[in-house]
Amino acid sequence: MTAALTPRNVVIAVLMLLLAAVPVYAAVTANTFLVTLFTRVLILGMAATSLNLILGYGGMVSFGHAVYLGIGGYAVGILAQEGASSGFLQWPVAILVSALFALLVGALSLRTRGVYFIMITLAFAQLVYYFGVGLDRYGADDGLTIRQRSQFAGLLNLSDRAQFYYLCLVLLVVSIYLIGRLVNSRFGMVIQGARSNDRRMRAIGFPTFRYRLTAFVIAGAICGLAGALLANHTGFISPATMHWTRSGDLIVMVVLGGMGSAFGPLIGAVALLSLEEALPVLIRVVASPLFGDAALRMAEYWQIVLGPLFLLVVLFARGGIDGLLAGARRG
Amino acid sequence: MADPLLEIEALTKRFGGVIASDSISLCVPKGELHAIIGPNGAGKTTLIGQLAGEIAPDAGRIRFEGRDVTALSVDRRSQLGLARSFQITSLFLDFTALDNVALAVQAHAGHSFRFWRNARREAELRTPARAALARVGLAAREDVIVSNLSHGEHRQLEIAMALATTPRMLLLDEPMAGMGPDESARMVKTLRELKRGLTILLIEHDMEAVFALADRITVLVYGRIIASGPPEAIRANAEVRQAYLGEQEDRHG
Repeated sequence: MTAALTPRNVVIAVLMLLLAAVPVYAAVTANTFLVTLFTRVLILGMAATSLNLILGYGGMVSFGHAVYLGIGGYAVGILAQEGASSGFLQWPVAILVSALFALLVGALSLRTRGVYFIMITLAFAQLVYYFGVGLDRYGADDGLTIRQRSQFAGLLNLSDRAQFYYLCLVLLVVSIYLIGRLVNSRFGMVIQGARSNDRRMRAIGFPTFRYRLTAFVIAGAICGLAGALLANHTGFISPATMHWTRSGDLIVMVVLGGMGSAFGPLIGAVALLSLEEALPVLIRVVASPLFGDAALRMAEYWQIVLGPLFLLVVLFARGGIDGLLAGARRG
Repeated sequence: MADPLLEIEALTKRFGGVIASDSISLCVPKGELHAIIGPNGAGKTTLIGQLAGEIAPDAGRIRFEGRDVTALSVDRRSQLGLARSFQITSLFLDFTALDNVALAVQAHAGHSFRFWRNARREAELRTPARAALARVGLAAREDVIVSNLSHGEHRQLEIAMALATTPRMLLLDEPMAGMGPDESARMVKTLRELKRGLTILLIEHDMEAVFALADRITVLVYGRIIASGPPEAIRANAEVRQAYLGEQEDRHG
């Protein structure tokens, strides 16, 4: 990747600088809400980045990716509940269990294509969702409060908002970098080739299944780590974390930001979560001079505005926001 | 017969009531360009599909270099040196021409569980890929996204990809399909050069090309071999003329 001074690279550089400056700004203005919001953006951006590996580069439309957020979160929550609060134990367990679950789901689902693949990944995710609902010992439907954040032997204090924020930022950047290396390596060429034309890949001698499965497991493992972060962020984990609508949110982030683009999913996460916060306010401000008190109720329907926006991006910017920035280079 | 590279023995495939391959036996010696001709629906592509491993035969054996490959998967056969091109162009349309061929090289350069180095900067992959592009006359087009190449260039690229897998044998499924006269002439030239170093099984409708290139020709009608021999013998064969060549000549007036 050469760092030319294109408009797109400038936007990405500015975005990263702004993200790095969030805790500073928040400290100066004593606005903790902003740190909380953007920690969430970073974590979900990381989850979306992992989904992009299989969805954007590998062409595997997994409709159950949020399940790894749940698995990673429950790994932290359950271990904390049982008295094991060391992050050195919790986080590897979160990653490992997510990877193993991805191995199981991938081994079965990657033998199918198209709608069947989508449905099988969705079915597995819902299976775990209902398993979580039935976990009476760990809060069942209501979820589980995590009283103590993951402990790192005094090296890190995750209860410190700024420290936790920067940890998330570093892990996100590392994920983006690693996946960027991965997709341009021989391995990455194979999964991209399989997205483009799997039949031809096999005809020229690639056993594509094992490569696609490996990508599927890597994506699950990274998302599992994001799940461990999310549980630490909210201090709470419930089955709702892995509800299928959450998987849908991750897909929206990837598509909105730009499939098959290194920074696309992060841009998508920033855009989606910012809109979620900004649209209700915006609607209230615009509508209140016209409709008075009714504007408050109208603001609850902010998704009516989000939907068409998303539709416009899908219809007119096939490379997502990142594609627009790059000047429709892909078209 | 000297040194058979590919041996097909009583290969049979049925689709419901239709017999696509009716006990086909065929032997292609090393170095031969063997053409298979026959009217539409004669089962030519089905035969290639079985040789490449995409379609499982109901009965019969396929041996490649003396080894029974009947039960091997598509990618295993490719690894043994059996390369195919597709009748309907099957490429990586969103990749550049060079990336397409480099992938074919990579498929035969060990496993691809290599996660770090940029594959587009590996000379080990790019150099042989450029050589294969040059052999089919596409050297100047290496950086073009494949969906922007012409139909004729797609066909050339198909061959380059098959070549890049360093095959011992090429299975070419109608490489001249849909080509204009100029493009066909270029393809004949390319195939004539390839013929020197490779064994080729060629399926083709372009009779002029087939008779110009083939060492031996097999005529397939309704899944059965009705004749097999050198071009002159096939041209003279009454049954063939009636079943196939005659019919074509009539059509062209």
